[in-house]
Amino acid sequence: MAIFNLNINGETKEVDVDPATPMLWVLRDHVKLVGTKYGCGIAQCGACTVHLGDNAVRSCQLPVSAVGEQKITTIEGLSENGDHPIQKAWLEIDVPQCGYCQAGQIMSASALLKRNPNPSDEEIESAMNGNICRCGTYTRIKKAIKTAASSENV
Amino acid sequence: MTLVKTKIGRRSFIRTSALAGGGMMVGFSWLASCKMTPEQVNNLPKEWFDINGFLKIADNGLVTIMSPNPEIGQNVKTAMPMIVADELDVDWKDVIVEQAPLNLDVFQRQLAGGSQSIRHGWEGLRMAGATARKMLKQAAAKAWEVPEAEISTAMGRLEHKASGKSAGYGEMASAAVQEEKPDEAPESIEAPEEVELKSIDQFTIIGTDRKNVDGPNIITGKPLFGIDIYEEGMLTAMIVHPPAFGLTYKSMNADEAKGMPGIKDIFHVTVYPEDAEKQWSDGGGIPELVAIVGESTWQCMQAKKALQVEWDTPEALESTKSYGDDLSKLLEAPVEKPARADGDFKKAFAGASKTIERTYTAPFLAHNTMEPMNFYANVTADKAVLKGPIQTPEFLEKTLASVLKMPLEKIDIDMTRMGGGFGRRLYGHFGVEAAVISQKVGAPIKLVYSREDDMTQGTYRPAYKVNFKAGLDANNQLIAWYVKGVGTNDDLIFENRFPAGAVDNYLAEKNSLNTKITTGAWRAPRSNFIAGAEQSFMDEVAELAGKDPIEFRLELFERATSNPVGDPEKNDYDPQRYAGVLKLVKEKSNWGNGDKARGVSAYYCHNSYVAQVLDLNMNGNQPQVDEVWCAVDCGIVINPISAKNQIEGGIIDGIGHATFSQMTFENGAPQQQNFNDYRLIRHSEAPKAIHSYFIDNGIDPTGLGEPSLPPIVAALANAMYKATGKRVYNQPYILEKEVVG
Repeated sequence: MAIFNLNINGETKEVDVDPATPMLWVLRDHVKLVGTKYGCGIAQCGACTVHLGDNAVRSCQLPVSAVGEQKITTIEGLSENGDHPIQKAWLEIDVPQCGYCQAGQIMSASALLKRNPNPSDEEIESAMNGNICRCGTYTRIKKAIKTAASSENV
Repeated sequence: MTLVKTKIGRRSFIRTSALAGGGMMVGFSWLASCKMTPEQVNNLPKEWFDINGFLKIADNGLVTIMSPNPEIGQNVKTAMPMIVADELDVDWKDVIVEQAPLNLDVFQRQLAGGSQSIRHGWEGLRMAGATARKMLKQAAAKAWEVPEAEISTAMGRLEHKASGKSAGYGEMASAAVQEEKPDEAPESIEAPEEVELKSIDQFTIIGTDRKNVDGPNIITGKPLFGIDIYEEGMLTAMIVHPPAFGLTYKSMNADEAKGMPGIKDIFHVTVYPEDAEKQWSDGGGIPELVAIVGESTWQCMQAKKALQVEWDTPEALESTKSYGDDLSKLLEAPVEKPARADGDFKKAFAGASKTIERTYTAPFLAHNTMEPMNFYANVTADKAVLKGPIQTPEFLEKTLASVLKMPLEKIDIDMTRMGGGFGRRLYGHFGVEAAVISQKVGAPIKLVYSREDDMTQGTYRPAYKVNFKAGLDANNQLIAWYVKGVGTNDDLIFENRFPAGAVDNYLAEKNSLNTKITTGAWRAPRSNFIAGAEQSFMDEVAELAGKDPIEFRLELFERATSNPVGDPEKNDYDPQRYAGVLKLVKEKSNWGNGDKARGVSAYYCHNSYVAQVLDLNMNGNQPQVDEVWCAVDCGIVINPISAKNQIEGGIIDGIGHATFSQMTFENGAPQQQNFNDYRLIRHSEAPKAIHSYFIDNGIDPTGLGEPSLPPIVAALANAMYKATGKRVYNQPYILEKEVVG
């Protein structure tokens, strides 16, 4: 066990955990931020996607010891009032069905728009292919990303 | 309007405290806002009045409507309260939706399965709203001393035009309660014996787009799911189940694992004692497991790796290959009696001008809900409190009563939003496991399956094999049809579905073999395979007849309408509604024009009719679906935006599984354990566009969560044939070989 001071959603959080513990479980079990979801544990489904700095990463494969000073952003910290353009577009298009994978989808999509404010269909597919949606909301996710990209505040 | 007898228990308005009425819940979901404005905080209800268990009205006019059925992504949590709200005649923006706990004294059929929540709930939900509205009118009539018939309602207000009196529902509910004197029998407003339901043209909420009531909570990552439960003093539990079907527990060495950080206990656990009264919903529950209890999930996962468990092999283990051989033998073996026989198939087939015979197969499939199985349980000496994702809470409660030896009234089950169901959460053994583990450790626990646990302890979609034969006469009329289906633990065939009733000589046979692999309902059970096979075969028969595949089907529906074969009451479809969706999709897809590789399919299941046209391109051996047109007859559509979502989801699900997915077994052991080797459809493989159309016929609503999946499998196969010139018979199509057999 070791103590880590983590920058999560702009706040410093102290945790005392095994250094090998993936950020996914640090977030869920220790910091009690449960929006980041467990889906596969092997970086195949994308449900656990968070931002490390500006990049979308799979938190199930990110040991807490590797984070250091880097900023972690989770779905809870993506915006203060749930009004990130991606979140607004998600509501406008009524994307979710069961909703379980959607935090991961939103974190991947928001990271995509940050580096590419106007992605093509192919660029969206390529960036989002690591996020599985078992309910099959893919067509609406693509529509929502395009809606958010065309809004002004990205 | 329709006058109906109410089935709501006779009761008056009941005052409940603001807290019980959902003070916290209001903060969560009121007006779908993520943060409440000061104005909203000031306007928080002071009191709530429970009218009939389905709904509560606050003094300020807010209405809480309970959604009785489990929510698995089919969006009944929005649709069911919409129905209540419409009959109550309130403004949807004043409605707060709350998930009801299991309570069969108030609600009926609290189950998510068979696409039946809306169909079965329809009348009861309308009655709940209409009853409350009538009681409010009665209260107003009494307060204003005017005839009830002269009082009208709209948008949560009562009005008596002649006297100019009006009041909000909240004020009137409040007044009705205050009239009652505590020491006297309630003199005032009791549930009426009869209520009037609205006519279709009076609906103001039903048939309009209403977004998912949990949307704002989903997109901000609020705790909604069973796996998100963290209670004070709660420990985490994981299980180790046999690595192969057919193995049983022998012994374990937990010395090292028990000493690992955070681990509280590791023990062998009997989930189902021999005298347990199991329900059908206990399905794949394994009687004996090993449980690991610790402080955190990661610690339990590490201990699990260090734990050594030995298993006994009491009997021979089974493999996918052996099932394939066994199913092939079963398909050839005679059956005792046919499931249905019209005319004389053998004679007609022997005398036919043209004949065709084809066989189709499909592998086992795992459900793979994105949220793995989990459940929270806190079992003490005199009470069991459970919370989690379950499609069948009523049956879980019954099993718990038997296993825990506790009366039903001491068991509380709360239903959380589910990260997918698809049938998997009909089988609630994980709830029983959680309860037994909590009881044994004497602490609240949350049981969490790893993805590997989830995928390898399934109640899988059975493997199937089906053989079709058809005969045409000299005029290319279909005169003979034969279907024989076999499956693992499941006999596949719906003998009274189309084309039964449309062919003079029809023979349907079915059989099944028992396996140790646990199988169960997987989205659109049986239909999910037989529709694809039947509608692929239909395409080949139409081609053999030299006819357009839509015209060929329409001829058969015409036959089933004008001169049905056999007793028309036995046919469990309406040929005119079937033809209706085909005609609509033909028009919308501009069928017959263009040069794209295109397939058509139509199917009836879960009381609804679906026809689809699909365009695709081939990318090597992989189909890339371009566009899908889908026409649906599910009667009245409650929430069109959500209905489209269900249709789209079913189509993508169907294309994905038919193209990519399979679960295979060797010596009883599942060969796919996680998403690296179990392939699900991904973003780039989804159709580029899906267009959905609904028949507007005012018929009472029927199933929607499942019916779009089965037919798409054949629309895909038929379009693949147009693109490649080769028919596909074996799923997953990307392999085109028999995974079973």
